[in-house]
Amino acid sequence: MSGIGRVLVAVYGVLALAAIGRSFVQIASKFDEAPLAYALSALAALVYVVATVALIRPGRAWYRVAWATIAFEFTGVVVIGALSVAFPALFPHDTVWSWFGRGYLFIPLVLPVLGMWWLARHRPAVEGDAS
Amino acid sequence: MIEWFTWVQFAVAVLAGLVAIGLGLAGRVPSDLTIGALALVELLLVAQLVIAIAAPAFGNVPTGSPLEFYTYLVGALLLPPAAAFWALLERNRWATVILGVAALAVGVMVYRMLQIWTVQQA
Repeated sequence: MSGIGRVLVAVYGVLALAAIGRSFVQIASKFDEAPLAYALSALAALVYVVATVALIRPGRAWYRVAWATIAFEFTGVVVIGALSVAFPALFPHDTVWSWFGRGYLFIPLVLPVLGMWWLARHRPAVEGDAS
Repeated sequence: MIEWFTWVQFAVAVLAGLVAIGLGLAGRVPSDLTIGALALVELLLVAQLVIAIAAPAFGNVPTGSPLEFYTYLVGALLLPPAAAFWALLERNRWATVILGVAALAVGVMVYRMLQIWTVQQA
């Protein structure tokens, strides 16, 4: 991992930390209020962590994991974001993806796009290549 | 929480972040200035932690959730060392940008901490 990709990973790491922190607080203090939303928060946090690790690790397997997790995030932020705008009643409690990640400066919406762009540009070459 | 101290801390973190991102984009590797700025950000966070622990004994209690406050504070405390460690592993311009990203993130978290302590609606 080198170049500007490191910055991408750093921002992913910060977002993963933010998602873990929020999810931890929600589950520890008020899980009963909205089990579905908070379970979703925890899942999202976990996926951010896996995506961060997958971006750092070399090799084809991690490359696929990175694609899967980042695609999952993008789907999540678009679907949950759209639902939270169209049917606010469904999401009375904030998640990291509500309103397309407004509570996080829209970073959850922008980051997967940058991530997928970066992955597309940095396809691992044939086996044995140590990039 | 001491409000003016928190604002100073917020200003230092944002300034350190902008300077490091600027220097990084200009091609500078991490220097004493940028690493030192991160160390200062971390030092202020430790001071904030001490203040937060002591404040309730003087009748200065958070209006919001202490759990949420401390989650932000502990998370923020982790960032500068992690960024500095990674920056020193591979010293290039992007390492400097990462120092800046970490400092800005701390700034945002300090601002949230101030909100939680002083003007929590929920």
